Parts: sequence; C-alpha cells; structure tokens
Amino acid sequence: MHNSMLSQRHPCAGTDTACHRVLTPWRCKTIPLYALLVRYGFRKHATYVGAALAGAFTNSVFGILRAYILIALWQARPGLAGYDVADAVTFCFITQAFIGPMQLFGGGLGIPERIRSGDIALDLVRPASLQLWTLAEDLGRGAYLFLVRGIPPMLIGAALFGIVFPTGPGRWLTFLAGFAIALVISFGWRYLVALSVCWLLDDRGVAVLSMVLTTFFSGMMLPLHIFPGWLGDLAKALPWAAMVQLPTDLYLGKAPVLDTLAFQAFWAVVLLGLGTLGTRAIRHKVVIQGG
Amino acid sequence: MVRTYFLLLWTWTRAAAAYPASFALMTLLGFVTAGIDVAVILIVFANTTTLAGFSREEVLFLYGAASLSFTICDTFVSNIDRISQHIKAGTLDTFLIRPVGAWIQLTADRFNANRVGRIIQSALVLGYAIAALDLDWRRAWMIPVMVVTGVVIFAALWTFGGAMQFVLTDAPEVANAFTYGTQQLSQYPFSIYARDLVKGVTYVLPLAFINWQPGLYALSRDDPFGTPEFMRFLGPAAALVLALLAALAWRQGIRHYRSTGS
Repeated sequence: MHNSMLSQRHPCAGTDTACHRVLTPWRCKTIPLYALLVRYGFRKHATYVGAALAGAFTNSVFGILRAYILIALWQARPGLAGYDVADAVTFCFITQAFIGPMQLFGGGLGIPERIRSGDIALDLVRPASLQLWTLAEDLGRGAYLFLVRGIPPMLIGAALFGIVFPTGPGRWLTFLAGFAIALVISFGWRYLVALSVCWLLDDRGVAVLSMVLTTFFSGMMLPLHIFPGWLGDLAKALPWAAMVQLPTDLYLGKAPVLDTLAFQAFWAVVLLGLGTLGTRAIRHKVVIQGG
Repeated sequence: MVRTYFLLLWTWTRAAAAYPASFALMTLLGFVTAGIDVAVILIVFANTTTLAGFSREEVLFLYGAASLSFTICDTFVSNIDRISQHIKAGTLDTFLIRPVGAWIQLTADRFNANRVGRIIQSALVLGYAIAALDLDWRRAWMIPVMVVTGVVIFAALWTFGGAMQFVLTDAPEVANAFTYGTQQLSQYPFSIYARDLVKGVTYVLPLAFINWQPGLYALSRDDPFGTPEFMRFLGPAAALVLALLAALAWRQGIRHYRSTGS
C-alpha cells in the first residue's frame, strides 16, 4: 500500500526512478516544482470566480468613465502624444485590464500576514527559494486574473467604444512578452513592499504609499506621455512605467520593441536582485519564538 | 440615536489613537491619496485649456463639491461596506441583538478618524475654486445645499450597497462600482459623457444632482444637454426619494437576513 502510493506520487519522488537517471537532479526537481507552483497559484485563484468577475465588472465601469475623460481630452487635442482617439480609448481599457493581473492597487502576496503570524520562519527553512516560490505562485495568479479580469474590460471597451487590436502575430507576441516581463516587475515591486513589513511591523503605510506610486507613475491614471516637462521624463524612467505604459505602447505599436523590452528587463533584474538581497536580510533577522 | 453614534465613533477613535504614529501617517497618506485625482485634473489641463467647454477652475469646483460630499460619507458611512465580512463570519447577529439600530452600529463600525485628511483636502480644493472663480454671490447659497444633497445621495448609495450584500455575499466589489464609480463620475463635468449615460444618471439614478445640476446654477452656466432651468433645484427632492428607497432596501435586507448559525 505504502509503496504503491509513493510510485503514484511523482516520477521524480525517489532516488531510483527512471527520471532521476535520465535527467540531471536540478532539472528533475526544480523546474517541475516551480511549474507546479504556477499551476497551484492559478488554481487557488480559480476558486474565487465570483470575486474575480465582480472585479472585472468594477474595472469595466471605471474603464468606461475614464474613457470619456480621455475622449474629451483627445477631442480638444487631436493627435496628442502620438495617439488618436481610438488609441487613447484602447489605452484606457488595457490599463483597466492590467489592474487584476498586476495588482496595481497592491497586495496579492500572503507574505505580510505570514511575517506577522511568524509562519514566515517555516517558509524560510523550506528547501526552495522564498522569492522564486512566491514568484511562481504569483505568476499563476496573474495568468488566471489576466483571463478573468483582463479580457472582460477589453471586450466591453470594444463593444461600447471600439478599440484597436494589434495587427499581425508579431505585435501580439511582443505585447505578450512585454506583459510577461511587466508581471515579473509588478511582483518584484510588491515583494519588496511585502518584505518591508519585517522592519516596519505595520504594512498599511507602505501599502498606501506603494498604491499612490504605482497608480500614478505606471500610467494607469493617464498616459505618461502627457505628463508635463520633468515630471514626464521622471515618470518614464521609473520602474512603474515598465509595468503599464510600456506593455501598452507595445500593444499599440508606439514603442521601439527591443529598447522597450531591454528597459523592462533591466528593471525586472534590478527589482528581483533587490528582492534576493532582502530575502537574505530577513533570513538573518527572523527570530523563531518557539512553540 | 445620534448620541450613540458619536459615542461609537469616539470609542473607535480612542482605539486608533493607541498607535499615534500610525494614525498620523495614515492621515497624511489619506491626504496624498486624495491628491492623485487633483493631480490628474491638473495634468489634463496642462495639455488643454478647456475640457468639453469647462475651464480648469470650473472642473476643480465640480470636483471639490462632489469630493467633499463623498469624503464626508466615506468617513462616516462607508464602514457599512464591512457588512459582507460580518455576514460571512456570522458576527452580524451580535449587531442585531443590541438595543441600537444595525445601520447606526455598522456605519460607525471601526470608524477611521484619519480619513478626515481627505475631507480637508476636498474642502481646500473647493475653497480654491470658489476663490479663483468669479462666482455670482447671489447664487452662492447653492454651494452648501449641493454639498448636503451630495452627502445624502452618497449615503443612500452606500446603504443600497450594504443592502445588496445580503444577496451578493461574495461580491462586495460590485457595490464599490456604484459608490466609488459615482465619485469618479461626478469629478468631471457631465458634458464629457454620452447623452444617454447622462439621461440615465439624471432620470433613473439621480446622480446628476450631486454636483452637476446645482453646480451649473452656481456657475451661472446653461446645461449643454438643454435641460430646463427648474432641474437645478430638484436636488434635495431627488436625494430624499433616493434616501427613502435606500431605507426600504436596507429594511428588506435586514428582514431577509438568515444567520449562518455559527
């Protein structure tokens, strides 16, 4: 009985399995683990279909209201920032579609609660990196919310106002690549915010600060191209621009592909690097209080 | 009833004051968060001088008036949003057996005094707009009337949202689309919206009476959609009707509430 259960579990579970002999131990154990975590993240959020659809409804309502502001602005200034009215409306609904998958209002990670309850100690002794573990789960969550909270606002925008769709599979691919990096950047930022709880104890202040920075500097409220003067230059250089503005520009075909992806990759690496340092730091800071 | 309400507010404020640093930080951040919407208006007007026929100061006036009503309700009524958690956890039962109305207790539930920062922010914007605009002083009486009307309409919307939670336990965000959505809607002159949408929020849900219709009177402007002059004064009546309907919905919700039994 015991043996049969083991053999059903996983092809790589034992040391003597076929898988172990053929593949290197690293590929055999690590990649399937994180792939599994991506799937679990997806399935965990798939349980809450109702909440996700309610979120999609709210995002769509706000998309409609914000679209009218942009339409009025672009009617007063046709061709502003190189967008026409259709581009501006499309911009508005894409940014609404990003709210769920990128958690632009913050949160999405269970780390602050786990730091407060002390469960983080358990996470840190697991034989897998806390950062990669959380990233894998978060990518699963992002993929699910992209489907359930991202697509409805786009369809509603298309039905009510008419939106632009990328021409050709090439642009779809560059958009999806940009979107995927943006998901990693969004995770990198939220992970740092979550780790800060270890030093600040109360996460509400940082959470609000993060929400203000993310919503304003990502381009979620207005395209960064219309920010005046130095504010616009500053906003375009910060990591939040790589979360919303740049993938949207890739979608609309308004940005040079390689430069944009390189800029996004730069911020993804920087934020993940800082996250690694942060993880190392809390490993030294955590004190297990005992049972 | 009013005394009980303020007693509850005071209790929650004392609880929050136990952490003074956090309290001060949250008040400041509330001020900053509320400032984002103003920043958006300012950036829009950095790119254009008029938006659908309205100047920057006129838009700030409409924003300030609606925002003042909204933030007052956000501080004193929005706690009712938490009803969905109470229904799920079964803790609503304790509210129902106390000798004070459930609505009073729930609107004061975990009252957050630091939201006052947002009220101050809205009042400052409204004050600036009034000072910057050359308003007709014989029409200024409309400004306090429209703020109070707005408070009643927003309070009614939050009560509707709370009543909806008895039916839609799993989707508190749907109620947000009405309350926060109305705030977003009323930040800008209604002339930017489509005619059918404006008809809907005038004759079906009276959201145009929060700041648009009375605001046109205070600004001495004609309605771009051509509604007759007397519509400017219907705000208080519309707010009252909406409040009565909200009270009925709330009663129905409470009556049909079934405890989780836990």
